[in-house]
Amino acid sequence: MAPPGSSALRLEEETRELVRVVAMGSVDDGKSTLLGRLLYETGALYDDQLAAVKRASRLGGELDFSLFTDGLRAEREQGITIDVAYRYFSTPRRKFILGDTPGHAQYTRNMATGASTADVGIVLIDARLGVLPQSRRHLAIAALLGIPKLAVCINKLDLVGFDRGVYERISADVRAFAARLGFDGLKIFPVCARDGDNVAERSARTPWHKEGTLLDFLETVPVAREAASGRLRFPVQAVIRADPDYRGYAGRIASGTVRVGDEVVVLPSGARTRVQSIDTFEGQLLAASAPLSVTLRLADAVDASRGDLIAPAGAAPAPRTELEANAVWLSERPLDPGRAYLLKHTTRLVPARVEAVRWRLDPETLEEQPAVRLELNELGRIVVRCMRPVASDAYADNRATGAFILIDALTNDTVAAGTVVESASGESVREAPGDAQPISAEERRARLGHCAAIVLASDERAAAVLERSLFDRGCAVTAARSAEAALACAAAGLVVIVAISGDDLARARMHSELRAGGAPLVEPRSDLEAVLARLEELDALPRG
Amino acid sequence: MTRLSHLRELEAESIHIIREVAAELSRPVLLYSIGKDSQALLHLARKAFHPAPLPFPLLHVDTTWKFRAMYELRDRIAREPGIHLIVHKNQRALDQGMNPFDHGSSKYTHALKTQALLDALALHGFDAAFGGARRDEEKSRAKERVYSFRDRNGQWDPRNQRPELWSLYNGRVERGESIRAFPLSNWSELDVWQYVLEERIPVVPLYFAAERPVVVRDGNLIVVDDDRFRFRLGERPVLRRVRFRTLGCYPLSGAIESSATSVPEIIDEMQRSRHSERQGRMIDHDEEGSMELKKREGYF
Repeated sequence: MAPPGSSALRLEEETRELVRVVAMGSVDDGKSTLLGRLLYETGALYDDQLAAVKRASRLGGELDFSLFTDGLRAEREQGITIDVAYRYFSTPRRKFILGDTPGHAQYTRNMATGASTADVGIVLIDARLGVLPQSRRHLAIAALLGIPKLAVCINKLDLVGFDRGVYERISADVRAFAARLGFDGLKIFPVCARDGDNVAERSARTPWHKEGTLLDFLETVPVAREAASGRLRFPVQAVIRADPDYRGYAGRIASGTVRVGDEVVVLPSGARTRVQSIDTFEGQLLAASAPLSVTLRLADAVDASRGDLIAPAGAAPAPRTELEANAVWLSERPLDPGRAYLLKHTTRLVPARVEAVRWRLDPETLEEQPAVRLELNELGRIVVRCMRPVASDAYADNRATGAFILIDALTNDTVAAGTVVESASGESVREAPGDAQPISAEERRARLGHCAAIVLASDERAAAVLERSLFDRGCAVTAARSAEAALACAAAGLVVIVAISGDDLARARMHSELRAGGAPLVEPRSDLEAVLARLEELDALPRG
Repeated sequence: MTRLSHLRELEAESIHIIREVAAELSRPVLLYSIGKDSQALLHLARKAFHPAPLPFPLLHVDTTWKFRAMYELRDRIAREPGIHLIVHKNQRALDQGMNPFDHGSSKYTHALKTQALLDALALHGFDAAFGGARRDEEKSRAKERVYSFRDRNGQWDPRNQRPELWSLYNGRVERGESIRAFPLSNWSELDVWQYVLEERIPVVPLYFAAERPVVVRDGNLIVVDDDRFRFRLGERPVLRRVRFRTLGCYPLSGAIESSATSVPEIIDEMQRSRHSERQGRMIDHDEEGSMELKKREGYF
């Protein structure tokens, strides 16, 4: 039987937080050494691993910490990191998943792999060289991928005699550049990874540094995952059918909380229903939050399948076929607007084309340069046209539903990583990556003087009459011919008139698509006054 | 908002991966090697599709040299409802007398494990295979993606892996190509044991310490599991209290001296341990980077 006290120990283990860290650095700035040092200091290395590294250390008696992390033969031969390696270490409070990513520009895509899921980034800078182009690229990618917290280690400080002036100068450069990318919670550490200064222990050689060690930072930095508190987003992974009566939608809650009885819509169809039960292997739950994997059953027999998104009826993203996004190009074959791609967004895979490249970002100057295509490792702004609608959020609002990858339809290679910048309004946001401030419905109301609504008209003529009369009353109004256009305009805060016609099925489909956007829907009425009264109730007419 | 415990978060991630593979690939299979990682993986897979049965079969690549207790657990699992187990052997190599005593561990592993696995995948047309490998096991594993793409020859190209961002996996394969999927990538050995404890997952009793007949060979404690064992001159089995951290073919698996007879005791022991799990695995020690070479050839 277990000795007393061991169960308490396990309980402690049990409540550790999982924190994902990515380490980024340039060539030869000692990243592998730093990470080897971190693993060593946290007791994550075993005796036989130490022995194997001692055997292989080229330095004679001294341990070469980099050998703990470089795993591939070519890496050991060339003394560089080619691909991201994942390492694991724990402290009493946290379990860390550490992605060790390559510094070489040619392996930037591997760096992006490691950075995409990170809560915290570590950037290494060689004290002798200062901020290099590659460091700027890393910071820009970290900003693009939305890494919330950053630790910058100015390494090899021993080689500049622990000169405070050198450290301060580089720190100022880093801060100036990072500020333009919108990082908050940036911390800078003077480090000598080889000897362990300020890694796990404070260094006597940097008495002027008062901000603790890298490990202190990793252990205590708040990792605010908004996922569980945000809006519900549930991408359907699979339909589970245990017997003819059981139809469950399996998926991982991407964000927010789902509760039994919640009014939800299935996107992109817009079918509205309620959550009937939340099923797990252990039994049913009344509520479940991100990032749990569960199975939902819905109250109505709606048509939902893999790739659909379940979202709150009142706060669902508008399904769109055009996505404005920041992208990092990951393939040796440059972006080609004529080429067929597949876009994978949550669990949805749709054929897509890149319709335009707005600009390419110069990672040195953060200047937006005109470009017609993106090449390997380049960052830029693109417009993607999807063959079927995608219900996405802006990446700044939701990392899980604002991200996508592009796959080359012919070679099957993953060629790009994209983060949606367009807010649900359909307006593109022009700031540099990381700066996007989504516009709220309240702000739009303040500007336009009324809320958005979608008004249905029985035919084109009635729509035109209605549009004119609302316009004359000072309303920001427009007419739209498709559900997609109507939702985009409504999301932008406008009152939208849609002529709804065709057979019953077409009308029903249009209805359900329009409902999906969350804007109130006004049914067709023969009497203009009745429409105005309804709009007034909805605060969708300018006052006075 | 309280955060999930790391085990629940790992569980949710693994279930997500298992469902993605099952949804995107046309013929997945779960590589079942009977060890604790396979047991945990199987448990997660059941959770992923509950209350429906597993939508894919299990494949055991059998060298015929596993411990008897492993075959017992395997056969018990195979009888459970909803489980379809395929056992595949490289019969030709076995007929030719391939065994772990006469042939070096690398030749033996290549024929009875790597080749047998590739043959089985091709024979059944599997385009995805789940494995219980974890990235903390070995250096080249640490480099592998959750979805590890294999070419028509089942080979891994570590220098040209598909970028894998967020949890957006790329499962696109052409005919003959395949994906090896590792849902336990981010689990550590300790995580697996804690999960085994919490979920009461059955494991082979060889993980628990008991008196077993042992010979010491090249510094490894080898348990004599049946009468096929070939003693070298002067070798005699002696009873020692040992257990295994990792299980494979019995003549190639090194035991450790231990008194841990329950999962909580294993966890305690591990938290004090200074040795990595694969230390007892002779096949990894052939040469520096040996696992990478095996994987490039198609080994799991």
